[in-house]
Amino acid sequence: MFGHFGNGGKNGGNGNGNGALVELAGIRKVYETGPVTVEALSGVDLTVRAGEFVTVVGPSGSGKSTLMNIVGCLDTPTGGSYRLKGEEVGRFTLDRLAEVRNRRIGFVFQNFNLLPQLSAFENVELPLLFAGMATRARRERAEELLAEVGLADRMRHKPTELSGGQMQRVAIARALACRPDLILADEPTGNLDSGSGRDILHVFEDLWQAGHTLLVITHDPAIAQRAPRSVTVEDGRIVADN
Amino acid sequence: MNAASVILRLFRSAAKIQRKRMVMTVMAITWGTISIVLLLSFGEGLKRSMVDGWAGMGTGIAVIWPGETSKPYAGFPPGRDLRLLQEDVDLVVAGVDEITAATGEIRSRPQLAWGRVSVNKNVIGAHPAYGELRNHRPAEGGRFINELDFRLKRRVIFLGDELAKNLFGEHEPLGETVQVNQVPFLVVGVMQKKKQMGMYGGPDADHAVIPLSTYEAVFGRRYLSNLVFKVAEPEQMERAKKRFNEVLGVKYRFDPTDERAMYVWDTVKTQQTGRNIIIGIEVFLGVIGALTLLIGGVGVANIMYAVVRHRTREIAIQMALGARRVYVMGALVVEATALTFIGGGIGIGVGVAVVETLAFVQSKVDNEAMQFLGQPTFSLPVALVTVLLLGALGLLAGYFPSRRAVAVHPAQALRYE
Repeated sequence: MFGHFGNGGKNGGNGNGNGALVELAGIRKVYETGPVTVEALSGVDLTVRAGEFVTVVGPSGSGKSTLMNIVGCLDTPTGGSYRLKGEEVGRFTLDRLAEVRNRRIGFVFQNFNLLPQLSAFENVELPLLFAGMATRARRERAEELLAEVGLADRMRHKPTELSGGQMQRVAIARALACRPDLILADEPTGNLDSGSGRDILHVFEDLWQAGHTLLVITHDPAIAQRAPRSVTVEDGRIVADN
Repeated sequence: MNAASVILRLFRSAAKIQRKRMVMTVMAITWGTISIVLLLSFGEGLKRSMVDGWAGMGTGIAVIWPGETSKPYAGFPPGRDLRLLQEDVDLVVAGVDEITAATGEIRSRPQLAWGRVSVNKNVIGAHPAYGELRNHRPAEGGRFINELDFRLKRRVIFLGDELAKNLFGEHEPLGETVQVNQVPFLVVGVMQKKKQMGMYGGPDADHAVIPLSTYEAVFGRRYLSNLVFKVAEPEQMERAKKRFNEVLGVKYRFDPTDERAMYVWDTVKTQQTGRNIIIGIEVFLGVIGALTLLIGGVGVANIMYAVVRHRTREIAIQMALGARRVYVMGALVVEATALTFIGGGIGIGVGVAVVETLAFVQSKVDNEAMQFLGQPTFSLPVALVTVLLLGALGLLAGYFPSRRAVAVHPAQALRYE
């Protein structure tokens, strides 16, 4: 079913030869809001290899989302080292970070984060637009992706005209648009009913089988059970990894 | 696919919120633009009327009245009256390279009569060069006094347009005979109507000119009331004045540095001062207009800040999807500039319409003060200044809010509800 999701063995090799896509070493993140200092992450070491399906679980406030933001280059760590495909992310300029988010990482959010004024089709087109893809190629790619997630007949609909599950499928199609190295999902089933949630889980499994690397933050035990590897975060540290 | 079209795509997706506020802001810009267009156009009109007015008296001329020495020189005590003759005019034209033309003037205020109408007006005896020097252009069919009139001491007269109207009313003056103190003169020309700013002894429209040679012969006066000379380039005026005093100083034995010997009215200098005042007025009007426009610009910046706030999440999503900062900023700057130019375009349209209407009304009104104010004129510099101001305003009004938009980390902004 997800033949087009395969990215041609892109994850097969990388710079340092050990297959590590994400390497976090001693990552700390401190939020200073006025007089209060909150340490969201206090020394996280985590390695994700290309082709892995990893879930991150933990109670709310444990630092899961902060971790995802840092891995997704949406936020910068206060301390520690983050290497993406062997490259030190801390040295990237803001525009290089934008490029990394565009080309290497696909985001799937709990609340979908689709742009409300744009149609499903245009939402999927957007990252391709940022990547500078030519109009025709962009349209073809967007159509192909939406067909893959089973929304060929919903392309011109606005997000508000779609169900939660459909919105999340659009978001997944969007995340895959630029054939990213890593798919990051933050509670992807959190806002969905159990049926839609199961569908999305199947999509993730198919993606994994097609060779994608997935890092999924979740409360959903169903997902955590299905994934071969689950990392537990508590109080800003990794307390279990199995 | 290039950056510009990405920016445009983002812009299209952005222009849909804040409609009411957008309309208000566009109106504020329109109002600001109207006021700047009006103010600058009035400034331009005033300037043109001034320039025309100065040209009416003559360009690059100086008027000299003989005075009284104030310094002892060559054995003479100070306090000697000096008097000039027409031959002195020939002397300075020959002796001062910078002076291209000159004429003497003898003035008096005789009675002028045609039929039963009689008036007392200035009559000036002058050389034919006076027409060129003092910008006396004959209306159609007529001519100014010429070289032959001068040589043959003909009794011909050139009338100012107002004077001609006073004497003849609707009757055609050309070819008629006017009595000047009971001496008949043939009317050879009437002056074209002109604007005149600088004057001495009354407006040109209200006097008459006859050949100086005739004046001497008929009315028995030799000494000049004053003298007018012209230089080719305004920069030569200083040197011409100095040489003028040197040449006449030798003949009449006065110290060339004696400023009271010859009283000089240097119109080049006066016009320069006038121009500076006009520039001052224009800058003042421009600043007032710009300030009004600035209020509109603040409105645009304000709406852009609101848009940024409103769209914080969307901007963060775009950034998470890999929009580079320049795209996000570009979209907002384009939007602000577009708003500014929509308002500005309407404003320029309305402003020009108002200016044209006023100019039309003005041209129909025969009122001295209104005439002097000049017709408001929407000129190319006015358009350029307006468009440049609008552009700068739009860029600034977009730039600062857009900087705020990209200053937040996408992670923080994604949390923002």
